Amino acid sequence: MTHLAEVPAWVALLTALFLLIGAGLTLIGSFGLLRFDTFYARIHAPTLGSTLGVGFVLIASMLFFTVLESRLVIHEVLITALMIVTTPITLMLLGRAALYRDRTEGNDDVPPSQATVVKPDVVIPEATGDQPPPA
Amino acid sequence: MRRWMPFPVLTATLLAVWLILNESVTPGGVLLGGVLSVIAVRMLLALDPPKGRIRRVQVAVKLAFLVLADIIRSNRAVATIILRPDSGKRTAGFVLIPLDMRSPYGLAALACIITATPGTIWVEYDSVKHTILLHILDLVEEEVWIDTIKGRYEKRLMEVFE
Amino acid sequence: MIAEILVWSILVAQILLVLAMGCAVYRMLKGPRAQDRVLGLDTLYVNATMLLLTFGIRTASILYFEAALIIALLGFVSTAALAKFLMRGEVIE
Repeated sequence: MTHLAEVPAWVALLTALFLLIGAGLTLIGSFGLLRFDTFYARIHAPTLGSTLGVGFVLIASMLFFTVLESRLVIHEVLITALMIVTTPITLMLLGRAALYRDRTEGNDDVPPSQATVVKPDVVIPEATGDQPPPA
Repeated sequence: MRRWMPFPVLTATLLAVWLILNESVTPGGVLLGGVLSVIAVRMLLALDPPKGRIRRVQVAVKLAFLVLADIIRSNRAVATIILRPDSGKRTAGFVLIPLDMRSPYGLAALACIITATPGTIWVEYDSVKHTILLHILDLVEEEVWIDTIKGRYEKRLMEVFE
Repeated sequence: MIAEILVWSILVAQILLVLAMGCAVYRMLKGPRAQDRVLGLDTLYVNATMLLLTFGIRTASILYFEAALIIALLGFVSTAALAKFLMRGEVIE
């Protein structure tokens, strides 16, 4: 591991600090999976890892490689952007799936469906894009 | 121009992703990435995405920093809740919040903000009554949360997207 | 001296991440319901992405980055498909 000695001291210390904070937050988040008693409480726990946990590890990686290779290494930004966009989507889908399953099974501890019965004479306006004019 | 590039920001973003992945900016790379981005956006048109644009970039940038600060704060809050020995006494629960925003992009951004912030998660949206259902880990007072979501995020998002 | 601190920090960070993956695997195997298992899988791939990045720093190799990116992409697609399946019983409607 000789390359680890090649970076300046402040970079090594900052990298170490960011890695430890990121990994620690992730562990706390995953530990929440074991600790909470209901699914809806558990679904909050992994967001710790997928927001600041990933963020700190990626900052550490960017800083380390940028200094080590003496050029701007920012392709970690892609993983950051990917995580920011995808984590909410998976968690939302999962939350909706759990709610749907709980409702169909008739569990009492979830709120009832808000969907109203649509009267036949009410037309729901559909989200239409701009239709191309007929040729 | 409009005909070939219906979503200029998206095209530019795709090109940037291509260049970052290649880790080099050469004329050939820019040309290939540009052609691929334009083709990819044309293919996206088949999905018929709704129209929308960012009207006030300044507000959007400020909102991004606000969200970052909130994420850091709620990371600390949720970590404390997990590590506290009596975390079984929390009052987690669902909250129903009425919304005034209608823009689909604004709603998508709000959903991402709420879910990315630890401690709150977006569960359901009712497009007829325009209400959202959130699950909140540390639910002390419903009113406070309704005011936070509406005053802090929805107002700014409506400025950006509507 | 400084390099040693970095080596040990990387090692500790990796151990923390592996423990986090252990928590996720426990939730995945234990359940009790299908959505808990999917949540465990979701956490597992996020943690695996981070573990690969720490390996990248440890060996100073860019190659681990590519693997991390692919795991992040495939993890998202699989979790989304599984969540969709839980909701409707079909992946593509």
